[in-house]
This record gives sequence, structure tokens and C-alpha cells, in this order.
Amino acid sequence: MIELIWLIPLIPLLGFIINGFGQHVLPKYLIGVIGGGVVLASFLLSCVLFGQVLDARSAGGDGVFTYHLFDWITIKDFSLGFSFLLDPLSSLMLLIITGVGFLIHLYSYSYMYHDKGFGKFFAYLNLFIFFMLLLVLGSNYLIMFIGWEGVGLCSYLLIGFWYKNANYASAAKKAFVMNRIGDLGFLIAVFAIIATFGSLEYSDVFGAASSYPMGDSMILLITLLLFVAATGKSAQIPLFTWLPDAMAGPTPVSALIHAATMVTAGIYMIVRSNILFTLSPITMNIIAGIGIATALIAAFIALTQNDIKKVLAYSTVSQLGYMFLALGVGAFTGAFFHVITHAFFKALLFLGAGSVIHAMGDEQDMRKMGGLKKAMPITFLTMFIGTVAISGIPPLSGFFSKDEILAYTFMSSPILWGLGFVTALCTAFYMFRLLFLTFYGKYRGTEEQKKNLHESPWQMTLPLIVLAILAAVGGALNVPEAVAHGGNWLANFLSPIYVYSNAVVTPTHLDHNTEYILMGISGLAAIIIAIVAYMKYVKKEDFPAREGEQQSFLYNLSYNRMYIDELYDALFVKPLNGLSKLLYKVVDRSIIDGFVNGVGSFFDNSGKGIRQLQSGYVGFYIFMMVIGVIAIMLYGFLNI
Amino acid sequence: MDSIVQNLQGIPLNHYLIFCSIIFAIGVVGVLIRRNVIIIMMSIELMLNAVNLLLAAFSAYRGDASGQVFVFFVMALAAAEVAVGLAIVVMVYRNTKSVDIESLSKLRW
Amino acid sequence: MSVFYFMAFLSIFFALMTIFSKNPVNSVLYLVLTFFTFTIHYILLNAQFLAVVNFIVYMGAIMVLFLFVLMLLNLNKDTEPMKSHFVKFMGAIAGMCLLATMLGAFHVIESNNEYVTGNTDVGLVKNLGKVLFNEFLLPFELSSILLLTAMVGAILLAKKETKKVNG
Repeated sequence: MIELIWLIPLIPLLGFIINGFGQHVLPKYLIGVIGGGVVLASFLLSCVLFGQVLDARSAGGDGVFTYHLFDWITIKDFSLGFSFLLDPLSSLMLLIITGVGFLIHLYSYSYMYHDKGFGKFFAYLNLFIFFMLLLVLGSNYLIMFIGWEGVGLCSYLLIGFWYKNANYASAAKKAFVMNRIGDLGFLIAVFAIIATFGSLEYSDVFGAASSYPMGDSMILLITLLLFVAATGKSAQIPLFTWLPDAMAGPTPVSALIHAATMVTAGIYMIVRSNILFTLSPITMNIIAGIGIATALIAAFIALTQNDIKKVLAYSTVSQLGYMFLALGVGAFTGAFFHVITHAFFKALLFLGAGSVIHAMGDEQDMRKMGGLKKAMPITFLTMFIGTVAISGIPPLSGFFSKDEILAYTFMSSPILWGLGFVTALCTAFYMFRLLFLTFYGKYRGTEEQKKNLHESPWQMTLPLIVLAILAAVGGALNVPEAVAHGGNWLANFLSPIYVYSNAVVTPTHLDHNTEYILMGISGLAAIIIAIVAYMKYVKKEDFPAREGEQQSFLYNLSYNRMYIDELYDALFVKPLNGLSKLLYKVVDRSIIDGFVNGVGSFFDNSGKGIRQLQSGYVGFYIFMMVIGVIAIMLYGFLNI
Repeated sequence: MDSIVQNLQGIPLNHYLIFCSIIFAIGVVGVLIRRNVIIIMMSIELMLNAVNLLLAAFSAYRGDASGQVFVFFVMALAAAEVAVGLAIVVMVYRNTKSVDIESLSKLRW
Repeated sequence: MSVFYFMAFLSIFFALMTIFSKNPVNSVLYLVLTFFTFTIHYILLNAQFLAVVNFIVYMGAIMVLFLFVLMLLNLNKDTEPMKSHFVKFMGAIAGMCLLATMLGAFHVIESNNEYVTGNTDVGLVKNLGKVLFNEFLLPFELSSILLLTAMVGAILLAKKETKKVNG
């Protein structure tokens, strides 16, 4: 079956081609069937391959398959094959991408049905799936880079899907530019890897890297560059501001690209190259620091946002920060576990929010919602499950993944654990705030919206239900050993990936008592925070203030997104603009233009001068001709 | 005719060269200093004739008839040139009421 | 022998008179005289055919054409505008330079100072005719086309544009 692996990315590409060329020709249902069908086909194939990996693992093998398609680049000693790698990590990613991807395609069919760019939308989504699968499946860094660039492109295309709106278009540009900064890091890292190891194949690189000493400077450089790439793609400080703006795209896009799949590419990449990062403690510390800072700041900003998608966007940034924190403390499995659970519940929350927005007639401001519980029971129920899951209330999936991260963090540093704990509390608060503001209390929208208020069609609710179930039970993938005997299934399943790392650093485990305490604290605190939010927003009906009301300093700080956009504007955009203007005025206008125009005006002026010779008087011409004849004869006879 | 041949044999070729060069130079000077287009054309005829004479002299010197055939062709050409040139002069005069070469100042930028 | 030098002197004299006389009609007449001395030169070279052609075509046809045009345009007056003295001076200098260059070139190539000898019968009409109608038959015929073209062109150029009265 491994021979069919190339079909997995190819089928969505075919879908892209058909939908891309036939977007104006094909009927809508056919576009939907093709768009969704190709992803479903990929999903089924992925399931088969996953089963194969699973069999290999339970038979005691490492479950790693490589499928070589063709030789791509061969230069003297250096050769690079176009080959796919199927191992526990990539097989899981395949399931997430194609599985969640299919649900979102199904959802989009209804959500985007009345949009003019229906065919275009599905074409882009298919293209995105193709690139994402390429990113995950590639067996070397260059194929990953193709996917890496491709998903960035698709992200740009989809954020700017409604490109006629100037704000949306500039949000797309912002995302693209910020991603480019990271991509540059990736590219340089690829060069550095070639220079250091002479190969880009994972197996060669990791094998060679394991013999390097701890803290090698070249590996430090490579990992730092890779991390820069990850901050761009996975929206970490300092490149995270594009993700909230990326909500300009259609909601399914936010769910698929900016929550479930693309933004986790950075984490996938770091988990994939875990040996390199393990060998570079400095990078690990930086990752942990950046991760917790991002998690905390984003959670803080999310507390006061009123746009339902903005809350979820900052929540995504915050959760990604969490994953990076996990990576930084060496909990690769924990990070990946959170990727999986996060993909479930964040996709669920985004789709739920999309359902609400759809029902409210494209209203995104939570201050104008409220009391939607009765009108949209399925959406409410699924969103409730998602909220509980992300808040870390046991026994839903978020609790387990978050708890594992916190447990590892506690082992590494109690201070980091404290900050992570605060972040978790913030998460619980803003998520319940979102839930209560949207579904509880009085209805605050207009009458017209109320008339049209309806539960979404089955194409939208079915994905919600499926995702809700997954979000609820997803934690079972990696139940801690302390809770259930024979747990840690995910960690065991993924262990072939950490072979080299485990050889360098022996994995440590928290003793069960401490783990119980930590679990108890975080679970209990999440529930308490949920109750606090309930008191504040449902009992006291303490609605968010309208614009212009006086608020505390912290509220303003949070509400204005900590002025980070303004800070970047002042720090980078304005100086760069100033520099550009300076260069434009001085270098370009005076020096370069001066030179170019100088050449032009030199010939212009000398032409004007020489033009005087063209007096038009035939007599003068004859005279000049005689002079010329004399000169030629003189020349001839002087050269005899 | 004998005396003519004797006469002929008494003159060095160089003297023909010098003589024809002088006539040619006079033609050039005439072209340069006069403003009347007709006189300029006459000066050109002068130059042509200087060349003709030299060709004939070389022809006689080498005993080769080609030189004189060439002179014949030059004369035919000169006749054609004068016919067309004078037609142009008449045309110009009709348009500008002048045969002054200074009035022909349209050949400029 | 001295006939040549005398004729050369006359040629140069009349040529100078041609370019320096103020009245265009005088110029033409001096040029006719110049060409007459040239005819004598041709006779001295025993080029009888050329002498006759020069006499008939140049003196008889071309120069009369010049004179005719001058009369036609009524230019036979002394008030012809002359160039400034500076331009005249420069023209003379240029002409002298040309002469000097040519003479210098002749000096450098050191042409032999031999007398003009050889078969002097080549210039007779009989001999020249044989050459002309054997080796040079095609150019000879082509020159007739040239003359025809020039004739047509001259008529076309000099013809007055007839104004069409009735559209």
C-alpha cells in the first residue's frame, strides 16, 4: 500500500486543477463534490496507510516507510530525491489534515454556497491541502520547504479571498510578508544544513547530527534559523500579529489553516527535527521563553476582544505559544499531543463561530449577540464542548494535553509552570466569556437578524458534531500513566521519532503524586474560573463596554492588543518608510536618477550643441564635405 | 599629326597630374565661395572635366582605351546630371524666386 | 611641347575667371572657353573622339543648357549676392588645402616622371568604337537608359504643375 502514498497529495492537486479551471463552468454541487471528494479520498488512503503504520508498530517495528518517487536534484556528490516519508508522526498529521480538512470542506459547501467565488474557494482549499500534505510527507527539508512556501501562498490567497476589501487585502499582505521573514530563516537553515551535513534527507541529517556534541555552534545556528521559520508560520513573538488579522478570510479558512493545520507546521517541523533541537539547549530555552511569552500576551489580549473570531485568533496564538513552551522544555510528544487536540477543538470552535456568524448575517461582534442558545442548540452544545475542552476541564481532551505540557514544564522550571498556569486560567476565562456572551443572556441583536436566526444546515452541523466528539474523547490518545495503566499511547507510538534524542537525553518522568496535585490544581482552577465568568457575564450581565467608555489601564492595554501593532509600526514600519523615503530622495532621486538623467541630458545637451552644425545651409554642408574629403585623403597619404 | 605626337611625348605624366589637380581645386573653391547654385554646378562640371582629362592622359600614357571609354561614360553621366540638376534649379527658383544656395536652408533638424 | 603649357595656363586662367566673375553669364562664357582649352588638350593627347565629344556635348549642349537656364531665370545681372569675405577666405583655404594634400599625395607615391608615350592611336574614333561596342557594350546601352531616365526626370521636375480647372 505504501506505493500509493503519492496519490495522497496528488488527488487534492487534481481537485485544485479541475476546480481551478472549471470554477466558472462546473455547477456548484459538482465543485463541492470534487472539492470534498478528493480530500475524502486522501483521508481514506491516509487511514489505510495509518493502519499499516499501526500494524508495524504493534508488531514491534518502527513503522517508518520511505517511498522514493524520482531523483530530483543531482549535482556531483550531492543528490536529492523526491521521496515521501511515512512514519508515526507523518501518518498522524495525514489523518489530521485530511480528516479535519474533509470536515471543513463539507462545512464550507454550505457556508460559502452563496459566495461568488465558490469554485475559487474550493480550488484554493484543495491546493492548500496538497501543499500541506507535501510539507508533512516530504522525506527531506527541501520538500518540506516546498510545502512550507505553498501553504503560505494559499494562506495569502485565502486571507485575501475577498480581495476587493482593501483591509482584507492588506491583512493578506501582512500575513504574507511576515511569513516571508520566517521563510527566509527556513531557506538559510536549509543551506546551513547542506553545508553542515551535506544532505537534506531526514535520516541522513539526524543520523549525522546525533554524533555532534551538545551545544555545537553550527547546530545552534541551524536550530535558531529553523525556529525563526517556525515563529513566522506558527505566529509566535515577534511575528504573531499576522494571525489575528488573518481572520479577514472566510471562517472555514480560519478553522482549517489558521487553527488546525498550517500554523502547526512550525511545531511539526521542530518535532520532526527534535534531535537538532535537543542538541542545542540555548535554542530550547529561547523557544520556551518565546512560547510562554506569546501564550501569556495573546491570552491577555484575548480577554477583552469583542470580535468572536479575534478572540479565537488570539486563543490560537496563545495555544501555539503553549505548544512552543512544550517544545522548549523537551516535551515533544506533549506539544504534538496538543497539536492534535487543538486541531479538534479549535477547528470546532471556529466552525461554531462561523455557524453563529452565518446565522447572525455576518455579524462578528459579540456585544450584538447573546441568548442564541435556544435558536442554535447544536451549535451551542458543540461550542460548549469545545470551550470546556480548551479550558482544560477534565476529562475532555484539552485537559490531558495541557496537563502534560504543564507537568513537563513544572519539571523544567516552576516559574514557567506558574506562568503557564496563569495562561491556562486566562484561557478558561476568555473562552467562557465568549460562550456566555454569545449564547446566554438577553438577545442584543437587531430584530431583522432575529427573524433570520436559524440553526445551520446539516453540512455545517455534522462537522461540528464530529469534531465535538473528537474534542471530547481526543484526550484518550495519551492518557497519562498516572491516571490509567497502559496510557501514554501516543508517546509510545511516536517513540521511533525520538530514537536519537533519547540517546542523548534520557527522558524523565514526574512522580505520580506531584502529577496528581498539578492535575487537581489546574482542573479545579479551570472550573472555578468558569464559574467566575458565569457570575460576571450571566448573573451580573456585565457586558463589555461600548466604545469610548472609561476603562482601567490594563483593560485598555488588553483591548488595544498591547499596542503591538502600533509598536511594530513605530519600530519597523515607520523607520523603514523613513529610510525608504530618504533613499528615494537622496540615493534614488539625486544619485541614481542624477546619473541616469545626467547621461541622458549629456547627450541631449551635446545633441543640442551639435545640432547647430545642422544649419540647413547646403553651402555649409558642401564645405564640411570638402573638409571631410581632405581629411580622408590626408589620412590616406599619411598612412602610405 | 606627327608633331602632335612628338608634342605629346615631350610632357611628363606628373605635369598632367599637377595641372588637373589645380583645375579640380579651382572647381572646389568655386563650389565653396559662390552662392549661385548654377555657378556651383558649373564648378562641379569643372571638377568632372579635370578628372576626365586626367583619365584621358593616363589612357594615352598606358596605351589603353578603357580610360577614354570611361571619359565617355562620365560625359554621359554629366549630361544626365546637368539635365536633372538644372531641372531642380528651375523648380527651386519657381518656389523660392531665388537660386541662392543660402535660401536652401530646409535641410535641418 | 610648349603648346601644352600654354594651354594649361589658359585653362587655369579661364577656370579662375569662371569662378570669380560676378556676372553668371560671364562665368558660363569663361567656362565654355575653359572647355575649349580642354578640347585642345584632348587633341594634344591624340584623343580625337573625346575632343569631338567634348566639343559637341560639353561646349555645345551642356554649356548652352546652362546659359539657357540663366537666361530663362533672368539671372544675368551683376548683383548676385556674394558670400562674406570670411567664408570666401575659408573656401579658398580649403581648396588650397585640398590641392596641397593631393600634390603631397602624388609626391609621396612617387609616380615616375616618365613621358606620356605608348600606342597613341587608341584615341582614334575607329579604335575607340571597337572597344566601346565590344567590351563595353552593356554599359553603353545602360547609359542610354540612364539618359532616358534623366530626361524623363528633368521634364517631370521642370514641368509646371497644371492647375485643374474643372476638378
